Amino acid sequence: MRTAPFEYHRAHDIDDALEWLTRDGDREVKILAGGHSLLPLMKLKLATPTVLLDVQGVSELKGVTMEPGWIRIGALSRYVDLTRDPTVAEALPLLSQVAATVADMQVRNRGTIGGSLCHADPQADIPAAVLALDGRLIVVGPRGERRMTLDEFIVAPFLTVLEPTEILSAVEFPIPSGPQQSVYLKRPHPASGYPIVGVAITANVPTPGHLSNVRVVVGGMGSKAYRAYATESTLNEKELSPETLRQAAEVAITEAQLSDDADVPYHSQLIRTYVERALHRLYGGVA
Amino acid sequence: MENHLTEITMTVNGVSVSRNIEPRVLLAHFLREELGLTGTHIGCDTSQCGACTVLIDGEAVKSCTVLAVQCMGQSVTTIEGLAQTTLHPMQAAFREKHGLQCGFCTSGVMMTAIELLKQYPNPTESQIRQGLDGVLCRCTGYETIVRSVQHAASLMSKQELPQEEEVG
Ligand SMILES: Cc1cc2nc3c(=O)[nH]c(=O)nc-3n(C[C@H](O)[C@H](O)[C@H](O)COP(=O)(O)OP(=O)(O)OC[C@H]3O[C@@H](n4cnc5c(N)ncnc54)[C@H](O)[C@@H]3O)c2cc1C
Ligand code: FES
Ligand code: FES
Repeated sequence: MRTAPFEYHRAHDIDDALEWLTRDGDREVKILAGGHSLLPLMKLKLATPTVLLDVQGVSELKGVTMEPGWIRIGALSRYVDLTRDPTVAEALPLLSQVAATVADMQVRNRGTIGGSLCHADPQADIPAAVLALDGRLIVVGPRGERRMTLDEFIVAPFLTVLEPTEILSAVEFPIPSGPQQSVYLKRPHPASGYPIVGVAITANVPTPGHLSNVRVVVGGMGSKAYRAYATESTLNEKELSPETLRQAAEVAITEAQLSDDADVPYHSQLIRTYVERALHRLYGGVA
Repeated sequence: MENHLTEITMTVNGVSVSRNIEPRVLLAHFLREELGLTGTHIGCDTSQCGACTVLIDGEAVKSCTVLAVQCMGQSVTTIEGLAQTTLHPMQAAFREKHGLQCGFCTSGVMMTAIELLKQYPNPTESQIRQGLDGVLCRCTGYETIVRSVQHAASLMSKQELPQEEEVG
């Protein structure tokens, strides 16, 4: 399959890239990162940009840097980089773990964290991790830089607040203060490997058997990854037991955000089961 | 819209090649049609099957999901680049352990397995199965593929580390 014809350009740096995006309002300029969502869409003619702007040479979008209290992950970081980078593995093990569950080795060698977030596929794995780890998306454009949460960034399936002239440059994560536990549990679709459900949980462990700052995120379902706030409240500062975990998973059903075409009994059961199993993993690590 | 040609240069199997191509030419088509390297197969053309896997700078990639222009200045290895004066140990192992039936998926499987063995020179069966998650064999010959990759691992460890003692 061939894509429709397009012009191809390589941006040298971020200013060059921004200039390309603003140069000519009539032409649809699309950023090409790993290409593992965009090229399949272009082959199906579901996307027909006139200009492809390859940003693989833009060093400002690459790399992992530590700043006081924060860790900054360049948008062009590939899944394979996230699984291998020792800084990420140390500070944000959840992100490494999630990246390792995406697709297969070949896709992980190309796909990027920025591409996944900008594509905003409701079935993607990365958004759940970004929400659970309270990441901030750094967007640069002609009017400077803005920072936002995942919830602010993703509007609806395949729709973000990015203007056509803007670039996602990085995602910044607060470095957890004190011991944090995290877990990602995914049920992959047997054919595609995308999550049918993916549950990401982070929590601080002030004393054994207690959790605080619990964030329970359900991804892969509905229109975008969401926090299960009521489920979190049943766990925060409570004495943990298998019974409280079971109750929390029941609460997760009551606040399930399913898509319109969901098989409600099946998807509710999946949420309950995966929240409970994920909590058991976390609990196993903290008891 | 006009189809502008772009000049690209990359190294394929150790040889530098330059061509004027349309930017929309996929790496898989570039290899097969421009260079005549038809050992890289196109199975699904939808990024699923891995038959088209080649190495770009040593990393396994589905060449139906990469533009040739993205590989400017990079080094691509295809199945044709493996054998030197003798078969590559991966090829020898697949021959010995019957790792192929119709052979359609085989070049993609071998290229993927080569990166896998770089990460895990001594892989467990489950590491092999997980590592080969991105390649589908329509003949479903996974058992012999796993055996072949295990055998390749032992051939390669003997080849590369003749002085080291095998443990376990
Ligand atoms: C076979 C296969 C299996 C997969 N399985 C999974 C899976 O299990 N889980 C999962 O989560 N995903 C899966 N994916 C999707 C994969 O994660 C994609 O790589 C990812 O969604 C896109 O990242 P990319 O770097 O390839 O982006 P691209 O395809 O290059 O870009 C995607 C979109 O984002 C835009 N964009 C990219 N980077 C930026 C930026 N920095 N700023 C602004 N816009 C940008 C592009 O213009 C485009 O619209 C799979 C894909 C394939 C092909
Ligand atoms: S042909 Fe490329 S993945 Fe199937
Ligand atoms: S040997 Fe026939 S597809 Fe794998």
